[in-house]
Amino acid sequence: MSANNPSTAGAGRLQHLLPACIVLLLALIVTWLSYTREPADAFLFPRLISSVMVLLAIWNVIRAAAGLARVGEGLSGKTLLNIAPGVGVMLLLVYVGAKALGFYVASFLAYLCVYSMYDPASHRDVKSWLRRLWVTALFMAVIYVLFSLLLKVQTPRGVFF
Amino acid sequence: MEFLQYFGGVFEPVSFMLLLGGTIGGLILGATPGLSPTMAVALLIPFTFQLEATQGLILLGAAYTSTVAGGAVSAILLKIPGAPANIATALDGHEMAQAGRGTEALHVSFLASGVGGIIGVLLLIFLTPVLARWALAFGPSHLFWMAILGVTIIGSLDSRSFVKGLLSGCLGLWLSMIGYDDIQGAQRFIFHDALTGGVNIITALIGIFAIPQVIEMLAKGRIEHQVATISVGRQSLFNSLTLLARNIKALSLGTVIGSVIGLIPGVGGQIAGLLAYDQTRKFSTDPDSFGKGNPAGVIAAESANNAMVGPSLVPLLTLSIPGSPTAAVLLGGLLIHGIFPGSDLFDNYPEVAWTFINSMLVGQVLMVIFGIWVASYAARVAQVPPPVMAAAVMVLALFGSYSVQQSMGDVYIMLALGISMYFLEKVGFSAAPLVLGLILGPIAEANFIQGSMIANAMDGPVRYFLSGPLNLFLVALIIASVSWSFFSSRKQTEMVTATLDAKT
Repeated sequence: MSANNPSTAGAGRLQHLLPACIVLLLALIVTWLSYTREPADAFLFPRLISSVMVLLAIWNVIRAAAGLARVGEGLSGKTLLNIAPGVGVMLLLVYVGAKALGFYVASFLAYLCVYSMYDPASHRDVKSWLRRLWVTALFMAVIYVLFSLLLKVQTPRGVFF
Repeated sequence: MEFLQYFGGVFEPVSFMLLLGGTIGGLILGATPGLSPTMAVALLIPFTFQLEATQGLILLGAAYTSTVAGGAVSAILLKIPGAPANIATALDGHEMAQAGRGTEALHVSFLASGVGGIIGVLLLIFLTPVLARWALAFGPSHLFWMAILGVTIIGSLDSRSFVKGLLSGCLGLWLSMIGYDDIQGAQRFIFHDALTGGVNIITALIGIFAIPQVIEMLAKGRIEHQVATISVGRQSLFNSLTLLARNIKALSLGTVIGSVIGLIPGVGGQIAGLLAYDQTRKFSTDPDSFGKGNPAGVIAAESANNAMVGPSLVPLLTLSIPGSPTAAVLLGGLLIHGIFPGSDLFDNYPEVAWTFINSMLVGQVLMVIFGIWVASYAARVAQVPPPVMAAAVMVLALFGSYSVQQSMGDVYIMLALGISMYFLEKVGFSAAPLVLGLILGPIAEANFIQGSMIANAMDGPVRYFLSGPLNLFLVALIIASVSWSFFSSRKQTEMVTATLDAKT
């Protein structure tokens, strides 16, 4: 819910409070690790930074709880629904597809998926599918020339190419 | 005049081709809404691995210069600023284009960018060696405070919230500590195998700057991408030059404001452009004509945002403190080639440093020549549908981050940081201080440890870090930047809260 939407002021506050609490939790973990791990000399600088970080994170939580931290436009439910498929494809591409299928095959599929899911053209139209396939293939060919032929990057091959 | 000795290096065939390619490519990338100069330079870094340090920097420098200027094309023809630095350009530029003066607006925009840019680079040429010599007097305590100043000043100025800006800086500093400690060899914050080697700067830059923009492009969902572009016709360049000469006051104001703003770490082209626009309007005899197609508005904004480019590299090349997020990405480009900017850069690598700076000077001239020519094509690039662009950047980010060290761990970190940054930005956190923290973290820590060792052998850490005019001056600057940001942020929060409460 947008923080700037007056009808969702409460949700806007929650939207700022939740990340503020997550950042505080992270700061507390970092501080705890900095003060408990050995050798102490290696954690001298982390102790200094994490202490400042914890103080700022506490301040941030207090401000969020008081409704004073409402900067940033926040996220609406519609935006979350819009980005979910794209982010899902990115996660699948990086954490599963790239190694399992190989970089080029996984990237080809991910490109086609993102383009098709967000392309306003009809999904029943054969011509628009042909256009998507053509654009994807052309882009992957450019990527192949740039990274494999010019930069000589050895990418994981996976089960396919 | 040492820089003149290295001018020939710019015109070596490979270097000049890279300069030309970087300029033309940068103009097209800059004109593409959604591709910021910082992201364009970050995505280009992997392509410099195979090049020599000088050549790699020439490519990155050319892209930096021309993406800022290229953003004016879409600002003028489509009223969509290609980069935040071109927001002010759109105000009068698009009005001119709608009135059939689009070509004139593009001409004066590139000419003003060129003049501003050249003066900015000249400032870089003459100020850098002086500051570099001055920086030789810096000890570990000064360098530690300089690094902290770099993080706090950007955290304070480049963020909508004072607390969140500083917290972003702290998060960046923490990210820089992940991996093995350099002195003791101890493991720090390694929660996953992918983090064993630490967080690589280049992969982090790609993730932090590219992935949020990919998600932002997808956030609109399946909507028709309709852009009403205005065609570019032919017009005499002489008329545009005359128009520029008639607006010499706007050009001078823009150039001076841009150059000064560029020298201040953390204050980017967006502020330079808007401030120059505002001041030119205030000094104008006809302030009401601004926003209605006054060429002085375009000239002031464009000369300022390009005049800012050169001076923003002064603190980077002399003190290792990047003046802007894009300068931070350039620092990443320097570091991967094993070049550490700072006081001895011009002694150890004069050829690299001077050829790079000279290339930026030549790049400004090329940018003017090709800017006008590329403008008509660049406007078409702006019409590429967001899903095509988003998918392309996603795949480029994957290949780019992998190619840094040929490691899947880097790719995992890139995406995790990118997605986290998108959500953090939505609640007011800022990418620039986080990146600065990540880059300056090792510099701050190394000098803190070194300073602590010296302090233990002397009068103790308090006296070592908090005595002497330079230490006190730097600490005062940190306090001043934090205090200023605290009060301005408080004022802003009160205004936002009052607006929201009034609506409810």
